Amino acid sequence: MREELIISGRMNPMIDPQLNIWHWHIPLYLFLGGLAAGILFFAALYTIQGKEKLYPAAVKRAPFITPFILVIGLLALLLDLNNKPYFWQLYTTLRLESPMSWGAWTLMVVTPISFIWCALNIREIFPSFDWKYGWLKWLESFFTKYKIAMSWVLLIFSVILGIYTGILFSAFNARPLWNTSILGPLFLASGLSTGAACIMLVSRSHAERIMFSKIDIVLIGIELFLITHMFMGFLASTQVQIDAAGLFLGGPYTAVFWVLVVFIGMILPAILEVLEINRFRVPVLIPGLLVLFGGLMFRFVIAYAGQASRWLY
Amino acid sequence: MRYAMVIDTKKCVGCSDCVVACQTENKVPIGYARDWVVEVTDGTYPHLQMEIRSERCNQCGNAPCVRCCPTGSSHYSAGGIVLVRPRRCIGCGACITSCPYDARFPHPRGYVDKCTFCDHRIKEGNRPACVEVCPTKCMYFGNLDDPASEVSKLLRQRRYKTLIPEAGTKPHLYFLT
Repeated sequence: MREELIISGRMNPMIDPQLNIWHWHIPLYLFLGGLAAGILFFAALYTIQGKEKLYPAAVKRAPFITPFILVIGLLALLLDLNNKPYFWQLYTTLRLESPMSWGAWTLMVVTPISFIWCALNIREIFPSFDWKYGWLKWLESFFTKYKIAMSWVLLIFSVILGIYTGILFSAFNARPLWNTSILGPLFLASGLSTGAACIMLVSRSHAERIMFSKIDIVLIGIELFLITHMFMGFLASTQVQIDAAGLFLGGPYTAVFWVLVVFIGMILPAILEVLEINRFRVPVLIPGLLVLFGGLMFRFVIAYAGQASRWLY
Repeated sequence: MRYAMVIDTKKCVGCSDCVVACQTENKVPIGYARDWVVEVTDGTYPHLQMEIRSERCNQCGNAPCVRCCPTGSSHYSAGGIVLVRPRRCIGCGACITSCPYDARFPHPRGYVDKCTFCDHRIKEGNRPACVEVCPTKCMYFGNLDDPASEVSKLLRQRRYKTLIPEAGTKPHLYFLT
């Protein structure tokens, strides 16, 4: 048997803990970004299809949360930076090779639109709201006129935002667990699923809830399919990726991934949603919150396990 | 011009003089390091084999840190040296995460720091501090594009390896084995 014993001579315990450079900020931001992308995707989609009356929660009510969660997400990103006063340097260049760069620009497109979207629907929450100033009223009518065009932009950029949350990780070939392009579609599916769950939670109409339960079941199915594919890909790949998969297949992240993310965050809410569609009385709060919890845990597990996976030499 | 460092693992005794020289020369804050010594013991007792390596940034030809940097702070400088522009660095940590050699660290001042091959010394015609002080003279520095340079000759004459070439980084740190 061959044994290998590595003694690192860096001789200072302060370095290696520092290499786990990303803590709670990044997974929290990725969750909030995916959630906002999911909500805005459905809002834009049903506006384009002209189904605003059919799905009022998706088009009007749920998007009210998005500016807040995007701002909280951006604050988390800012807190994560080591050189905070220089954050504006992000917006002096656009580097397509760096997902963080075009992701920052995507947020620059999505965040203002989410604010405009809320402003246009403010009477949904405050029926007697008045903009008071003439130019604000002019702006409102201007954006109302171009609502469909704005919806198309939002539809495209919400998909980019959802995919970017995964591509951010998969661009790092130094972390074998992240270095799989399937993370892009997987994080998009998860973001759309949390978005659908959020719409379910704020919806007041039973028909709309049933519709988004169905959408969510399909999305959870896609997620489970992509997760299976991810592990098949890892196990058929190089030793470092086999080791990366091992983190979830018997390694330290096994329980937290399969129990908290896959069972409690995906399979259990899917079962509850199937029951609800089949006319069992399930309080919408339970599957909705479970999906949101699962989405958050998923980001945390991937972020932390990814930083634990590495090349050995 | 392509700068490279060649390190003879057969001559290195792991004294860490290179580490101390670097920390003094570059005023590396206490508790951090731009270079370090790795001792690898291989095999099962009593059939053991040991290798000692002085490691630092590999100044990769295809550097993931340059690719991932969202502001262009990490860049290729003259001779292929990968450098950080502190005033453009936002400290996002993407480069630290992207480095398979874990060669970078966040400087307490906010920007990300790493080995520079002592580019300030090279400009003056000197060798990097670590190479300069090595008591066993196991470290060599030079231009890989010049076939007459010491490093080019050594790589022609001796067996060598680079670290994780399969990561596709095209490292410029060579270890004679």
